[in-house]
Amino acid sequence: MSNASDIPFAKTTKYIGAALPRATAKRFLFGRGRYTDDIEVPRMLSAAFLRCPYAHARILAIDTTNARKFPGVHSILTGVDLARICRPWVGTLTHFAGMKSAPQLPLAMEKAVWSGHPIAIVIAETRAQAEDALEAIQVEFVELPAVVDALDGLNEHSALINEAAGDNLIYATQIEAGTIAQAFEDAEIVEADFIFGRHTAVTMEPRSILANFDPSTGRLDVHQSTQTPYQFQDVYARHFNLSEANVRVVAPDVGGSFGMKLHVYHEDMAVVGASIISGRPVKFTADRMESFASDIHARDHRVRARLAVSSEGILRGFDVDDVTGVGPFSTYPRTSVVEGNQVVRLIGAAYRVTDYRAALRVVAQNKNQMSQYRAVGHPVAFAVTEYLVDLAARKVGLDPFEIRRRNYLTQDMYPHTTATGYQIERLSLEICLEKLHEVMDYAAIVAEQERLRRTGVYRGIGIATYVEITNPSPAFYGVGGGHVSAQDGCILKVTQSGEIQCMISVTEQGQGTEAIIAQIVAEAVGTDIATVRVFTGDTDMTPAGGAAWACRGAGVGGETALQAGKKLKKRIVEVAGAILHCPAHHLTLVDGRIVDAQQHTRMTLRELAHLSYFRSDLLPAGRPAELTVAHHHGPSGFPFAFTNGIHGSLVEVDVETGIVKILKHWVVEDCGTVINPLLVEEQIRGGVVQGLGAALFEECRYSASGQLLNGSMADYLVPMACEMPDIEVYHVETPTRDTELGAKGCGEAGTAASSAAALNAVNNALSVFGASITQIPMTPERILRAIGAVG
Amino acid sequence: MKCRGFRYCRVLTVEEAVESFVSCEGEARFLAGGQSLLPALNLRLSAPDLLIDISRVEGLRGITLEGSDLRIGALTRHVEVLHSPLVAEYAPLLARAARFVAHPAIRNLGTFGGSLALADPASEFPACVLALNAQIEIAGLSGRRRVAADDYFLGLYETALEPGEILTAVYIPAGRTWQRVCFDELSRRRGDYALAGLAAQATFRDGGEVLTALRLVFCALGSKPMRAQAAEAALLNTKVDAVAIEAAQHALSQDLSPDEAEDLSSAARLHLARVLLGRVAHALREGAC
Ligand SMILES: Cc1cc2nc3c(=O)[nH]c(=O)nc-3n(C[C@H](O)[C@H](O)[C@H](O)COP(=O)(O)OP(=O)(O)OC[C@H]3O[C@@H](n4cnc5c(N)ncnc54)[C@H](O)[C@@H]3O)c2cc1C
Repeated sequence: MSNASDIPFAKTTKYIGAALPRATAKRFLFGRGRYTDDIEVPRMLSAAFLRCPYAHARILAIDTTNARKFPGVHSILTGVDLARICRPWVGTLTHFAGMKSAPQLPLAMEKAVWSGHPIAIVIAETRAQAEDALEAIQVEFVELPAVVDALDGLNEHSALINEAAGDNLIYATQIEAGTIAQAFEDAEIVEADFIFGRHTAVTMEPRSILANFDPSTGRLDVHQSTQTPYQFQDVYARHFNLSEANVRVVAPDVGGSFGMKLHVYHEDMAVVGASIISGRPVKFTADRMESFASDIHARDHRVRARLAVSSEGILRGFDVDDVTGVGPFSTYPRTSVVEGNQVVRLIGAAYRVTDYRAALRVVAQNKNQMSQYRAVGHPVAFAVTEYLVDLAARKVGLDPFEIRRRNYLTQDMYPHTTATGYQIERLSLEICLEKLHEVMDYAAIVAEQERLRRTGVYRGIGIATYVEITNPSPAFYGVGGGHVSAQDGCILKVTQSGEIQCMISVTEQGQGTEAIIAQIVAEAVGTDIATVRVFTGDTDMTPAGGAAWACRGAGVGGETALQAGKKLKKRIVEVAGAILHCPAHHLTLVDGRIVDAQQHTRMTLRELAHLSYFRSDLLPAGRPAELTVAHHHGPSGFPFAFTNGIHGSLVEVDVETGIVKILKHWVVEDCGTVINPLLVEEQIRGGVVQGLGAALFEECRYSASGQLLNGSMADYLVPMACEMPDIEVYHVETPTRDTELGAKGCGEAGTAASSAAALNAVNNALSVFGASITQIPMTPERILRAIGAVG
Repeated sequence: MKCRGFRYCRVLTVEEAVESFVSCEGEARFLAGGQSLLPALNLRLSAPDLLIDISRVEGLRGITLEGSDLRIGALTRHVEVLHSPLVAEYAPLLARAARFVAHPAIRNLGTFGGSLALADPASEFPACVLALNAQIEIAGLSGRRRVAADDYFLGLYETALEPGEILTAVYIPAGRTWQRVCFDELSRRRGDYALAGLAAQATFRDGGEVLTALRLVFCALGSKPMRAQAAEAALLNTKVDAVAIEAAQHALSQDLSPDEAEDLSSAARLHLARVLLGRVAHALREGAC
């Protein structure tokens, strides 16, 4: 436990745990949001990219002569121009032993490796002019055979994407624990082959960057729609050989991110390079089609898995093979293997299973890059696990709730180390299970299901457990050499009128980070929340830190803010003590008032600030009134704070059309200390919608030649309000003892098992036909085929 | 993406519109509600030199009863079709279909004539107009003519409109001889273009038991609105019982042979058309449309 001061933090309920609306929402409702694309600076140019139309092609020549003459065009840069000033990046980390990935540059050089790979950047007075010029660039391509299906990529005669590597295998790993052969002996065995389609984030605000290089000072100013400004400060400094202190990255309002906006993209590097070369501010905002073709995609797994179960329904062992296709190279700087790695390590994590075998192969393909997206690996791991657990239940004649009851980790088992080596401090699986049983009114919906079945209405009920990785330590990236911070920093200062400004390194993309930080600071300092302002997303202004990734805003950022707040409170009380000639330990701060042991108000924070700033002459000599504090906090103790919860899904399958209607969704979640239930619930609901999108609608479909077939909002179906059910959320609180705040993450929990619950629910509905489906999204065609209605 | 540059003019009469079109050097396009044209421009799928804005042309808007016909002006918005008492009374099929057309924001701007001029095979109104046996009025350099819906839809985005001609109005027989209408469609998300859609008009005799006249027109199942005459024949002069419905579903393969669509095989598309036919026929029989 970190203790910034000797004043114990009393977990009152004034702000921490309070269902407060977030102050920043008002700004958006007033139309006052300010996104990167809203920012205009003098002499700014707009960029547009020429992209490779083929999935895999050699570039013989690029002719920009005519295009340069188009009105408004400032310049056109190709791969060689940018290669002169940009050091290549390689998306590998050393703790993934043996992984290999081709070095990347901002624009394709001799070869383009996916349909959408940028080849040239036009910078012009307007975006429309830049696009006009694009049409006049001539490129001589030789189309090459493309690797589209990941399994084909492993074929020894497959085309090679990265010739230097010798094959298309980016990474492979195996896990073996216990005695797997024995576990499968004399056991009932259930097995399935799963296909998880690719989908993508579809943020409301697309990626956007405005780079402004000043050649006179070497200063690079970047406004970027990102969740990790410090990471980009480091990337731009290192790869463009700039002083890091001279690189400023600002993330203004960000309209959704979900992991998609923390990766290095070719376009962003090209825009920074173009600003350095031209000495002009350059802006690029991806349009929707570019987003589909270049924002990272997610998932893309084929999993073959087996589960051994005893006739009493005791789970004995998992045996898993995952092949995942990640696009032409591994993404930088976090790699594209974390997703698969988490799939093979999270399967079965909630259960008492010690015999475990898994193999992972991460394969290159001529498709858009695949990398971390909300709930990295979790939805795949839990769809596999929970589908098999349901299958096992059916096989041995148990109810889905009962088989989980018999196999979950229980309260007497913590701390617990899973078969795959994850250390778990404490979960509340059984409590959540029983709570879900109650809130779903399980017996009643089962009875209703049976009644309706006799009238030809097929409902399905599915449940799915998750265990989620949150509050990550450097075990994730830092230990592998990744320049990714796992700690966060916070500066608090008292203004001249006694209000509080908080500059913190966790960032806001619409989830309410700033709101919870304000709640924590107000609570820890002992002041009115209306006087606390939180500032995020500017590398010049806040300490450096991890920002937003892997569910850490509340757990890591919150603890940072809490300890900073306690430090500031201690400082304020010391100053007050000096002014009031009273021992500091007799004083405390409540609602912005300095009160003594008798609860009498001795002075206000406003008065204290006034004296400190304007009448320092009145303060005792040698007693500086430092009303600014800084605090940094990085996770220690358990490498991750695991959370848990369970989803329930009720669906109705139209067995004639294959169309699924989701009637209701329930989540019982445990993210430790709940700082603001409204925000936790919105995180869960938003996450559930993304998971249900993956389950039923969202899929990046590719042709056999590697062309993305549905790269528009008309063809790529995101779930809309009409299709989404009511989502009920319930909380169980098991705080982590690694921090004083006790908060774990909740941002990915909604996505982690909602698709698994929907999968189980649809299969529950289909079970009367002896049919099953193990592919998501569960499209009408796939469901009709599963039932046999279409052959 | 941003659209390519173009010239723009706004015209106030049909004659002016036609004149601007034929005198344009390069490609000209009429702009009505813009709900299909503007996305196409912004995707650079289309890059005309001149946009002729007809949205304020007089006399092309509004719904009136003219003799035995209901006249719907080309510039009538989808939302007006949806809420018009005249449409509800004399062409209820259109009112039913209108709520399946896109979303409110698009219905507020998209025009009835624009939908028919574009003739997207997945669109609801073209199928309805064909089911209603309507007449389409077209104005061009040589004056106005009327074309029967049967002769209007020619192929994929292809109609009887010649370049420079304007669709001015649609005339729907308003005799109320059709006793029952039904529009239904299957889609994965509300407001999307349908996986399969069906417009039906039917007359029953013998106390409403025996089907004596029927037009069935599918949308989203071919290159244009598809009349299903074999299925119609299987239902005519029956009581639309289970046997007749099954025969009609079976016969549908003579009427439709949909290509594989992006995420639906041709077999699945035909299957969905059959399911929809079954539901619509059932609804017609029950009068529950
Ligand atoms: C997100 C979205 C969803 C949609 N969903 C549906 C749907 O589910 N069902 C559906 O039916 N439609 C749908 N639409 C299309 C919408 O209904 C359009 O409004 C309609 O297809 C065209 O009408 P418009 O007035 O907007 O025509 P415009 O876009 O202005 O024009 C379309 C074409 O028709 C020509 N044109 C227009 N009017 C005339 C005329 N009077 N004479 C000659 N030529 C003319 C134009 O030159 C142009 O080529 C959708 C549109 C969007 C953006």
